[in-house]
Amino acid sequence: MSLLGFCQWLENTPASIALHESIWGYPVIESVHVLTLCVFLGLTLMFDLRLLGVTLVRTPVSEVAGRLMPWIIAGFVVMVTTGALLFFAIPVKTYLNIFFRLKVAFLLMAGANVAIFQRTIWRSMNQWDLASVPPLRARLAGGVSLALWAAIVVAGRMIAYNWFDKTS
Amino acid sequence: MSVLSFFTWCENSSLAEAIRQSRWLFPAIESVHLLGLAVIGGAVLVLNLRLLGLGIKRQPAAQLWRDTRPWLLGSLAVMLISGGLLFTSEAVKLYYHEAFWVKMISLLLATVFTFTVLRKVALADPSHVRPLWCKAAATASILLWSMVGIGGRWIGFS
Repeated sequence: MSLLGFCQWLENTPASIALHESIWGYPVIESVHVLTLCVFLGLTLMFDLRLLGVTLVRTPVSEVAGRLMPWIIAGFVVMVTTGALLFFAIPVKTYLNIFFRLKVAFLLMAGANVAIFQRTIWRSMNQWDLASVPPLRARLAGGVSLALWAAIVVAGRMIAYNWFDKTS
Repeated sequence: MSVLSFFTWCENSSLAEAIRQSRWLFPAIESVHLLGLAVIGGAVLVLNLRLLGLGIKRQPAAQLWRDTRPWLLGSLAVMLISGGLLFTSEAVKLYYHEAFWVKMISLLLATVFTFTVLRKVALADPSHVRPLWCKAAATASILLWSMVGIGGRWIGFS
């Protein structure tokens, strides 16, 4: 089954139809998705800014990471769950939306950025934990993360517009 | 000049007209508004989680207040400018939308509370402030800022 075929099958499931046609369900999930931005992205940005050495410079990087990570992970779980539900409610149109595809691509890049960061410069973190300005590779990871998340937010907002939709 | 006539003047301005005529200007400004939301959320939460004892713990609250304040003020400025532009493009509709007024009153309360009560609690000598007061102030701050966000999202449903 193609991805489009899968989306078409998904769209015809009773649960997807129910969510799509719900009066409260969809807007509530959408609102939770948008407002959880404050928790998930807000704290992720604060960590990125710490990696760049522009805020919380007197707080060890390990403490910023360790104390904020539970909130970031909890926020991420809410974002992924509500995001998946929003896709589930409108699968075909979303799949064909160019901004949705861009968002998924940027999300994968943000994930790759985290994976590379954890396998490289983060390993030597105890050497620069107290540095007000971390080494270049850590600043690079923070900067790339900031840029990608900004792109993800913009692309996410634009999913509401079908300017460049592909036709099925 | 009444409030409504001021709102009407805003909506009839050439700036508002330009935003309405453009296909991409409104979503572009909205995107900036959303990015500001994330920064404001981060700055507010780092300080308030500290006061609640649920976030960064080993640094004094006063230090976190000073570290996050530029980001709070900067993102507030971004929010006010981008929000103001969004407002002008549909000012009269917003005048009649209860969510807009809920948001504006919450915004005023949240800002005043942050720079008076919360600031005082954060900067106070920790040995002179009861932890309960810190937690109460942080809870009130989070609730007030949440009201602003919820009010904002509510404006979109009309």
